[in-house]
Amino acid sequence: MIRITVVLLSLMLAQMAHAGDKFITLASTTSTQNSGLFGVILPQFTAQTGIDVHVIAVGTGQALRIGRNGDADVLLVHHRPSENKFVAEGYGIDRLDVMYNDFVIVGPKSDPAKIANSKNVVEAFTKIAKSKSLFASRGDDSGTNKKELEIWAQAGINPTGSWYMQTGSGMGATLNLSRIKDSYTMTDRGTWITFGNKGDLVRLYSGDPGLFNPYGVILINPARHPQTKVKLARIFEEWLVSDIGQKAISDFRIEGQQAFCPNAKNTTSAVKDKEACPAETK
Amino acid sequence: MEMLTQAWMLVVQGDPHLMQIIGLSLYVSLTASFLAAVIGIPLGAALAIWSFPMRGVLVVLSTSFLALPPVVVGLSVYLLLSRAGPLGELGLLFTPTAMIIAQTILITPIILALTREAVLPLRREYDALLLSVEAGGWLKLRTLIWDARYGVVTALLAGIGRALAEVGAVIMVGGNIDGVTRVMTTTIALETSKGNLELALALGTVLLTIAITINASIHLVSLFGRRYEVTR
Repeated sequence: MIRITVVLLSLMLAQMAHAGDKFITLASTTSTQNSGLFGVILPQFTAQTGIDVHVIAVGTGQALRIGRNGDADVLLVHHRPSENKFVAEGYGIDRLDVMYNDFVIVGPKSDPAKIANSKNVVEAFTKIAKSKSLFASRGDDSGTNKKELEIWAQAGINPTGSWYMQTGSGMGATLNLSRIKDSYTMTDRGTWITFGNKGDLVRLYSGDPGLFNPYGVILINPARHPQTKVKLARIFEEWLVSDIGQKAISDFRIEGQQAFCPNAKNTTSAVKDKEACPAETK
Repeated sequence: MEMLTQAWMLVVQGDPHLMQIIGLSLYVSLTASFLAAVIGIPLGAALAIWSFPMRGVLVVLSTSFLALPPVVVGLSVYLLLSRAGPLGELGLLFTPTAMIIAQTILITPIILALTREAVLPLRREYDALLLSVEAGGWLKLRTLIWDARYGVVTALLAGIGRALAEVGAVIMVGGNIDGVTRVMTTTIALETSKGNLELALALGTVLLTIAITINASIHLVSLFGRRYEVTR
């Protein structure tokens, strides 16, 4: 019995020693993970640099929290105001633009609030609220949730009442619920295209520049968390914004559609696609 | 149905990615069950055998821990192992070791409470006998655990089952990192969130099959044990 315990404990210790291998921990969002983007670009990065990337896919709010505690080396998240605050407070350094996609409004095919021909997203949201059509909100402090609340604020609406459902869950769970409840919801385009349980849900509104969804990469400040692998993390950040990394992002396709548009400064090789990259103005 | 066939084809063909996930599930949950047994069985038996001040409090506490939601255990271990936490120096967060720690905390109370229940009636039966041979504490403990072994095995099985089925704690302290801390339950949660409900369900049947295999083999072992006893 004691011998088995010793063997098991030494196995666990061996694993801890194994953790000294070359890898970085990236806290990011479910949208980048579930769309399959990481599955395509990270193996390219690893092949070129020999650095493994361990991805923790959570909401933007939780990713920033993981970064603040020093439990990750680098973040890839999507909510600019929170990112700026994170850097200003000294938790992160060297924030750079990487890419963007956009949010789309999906809902039941019958479109009870008639949002399909809205002039902009604020009008679409106003129609949903006025008709008290069911709307599913993430309600989880994720980047998507923060963005949705900003749009309600722009519309001058305080969403309350039985039509406004806060799921407190991830994008997938919220879409699963929307399908059953025939409710509207807002999702990023990448998650929407790959989502496997659409049922009667369809994309009803998209294309407003106000639905722009930019992703930024941030290194965790080594002055605050000396144990972070800032050197390796910086190699990753530089790769993401390099022509090679930007091309890898641009070349990523879901069912033939471009899902993320690279927009790092000085990008030369970006492949532009007007349908997938409506906010492209640079 | 199509997904069910597809998922099982992956198992039959020994898909390396799925095999790695199943392997990690077994490694984490069985290690945690073993550690929990090492802690929980002697403690549970001791609680049944000896009376000492505060025993009642300990019994109530240990059974109350059965109600601990895995997420709460995960959160506690998370805060403990986070770089900002007291054990942050070890760098254990988001590793299989963190998952083992969380599951050990989660299932030790189960094994402890069920062991106590198995030993309690035997203690009453054997009290006079053990007293007459002036058995020491250690001998008493070993004798009673051995005689209650079938109940103790049930306790262990309940622990293994809970560990294998649990998702809330391991997803929190493991981070569900592909190829590093992704296990069966977190894969099922991930596929559900991607809307791949059939695949998620199919993976659930794979997990159930693993549980049935473990339970059946332990059941067989104890069956042989009982038979051997009768014919001895």
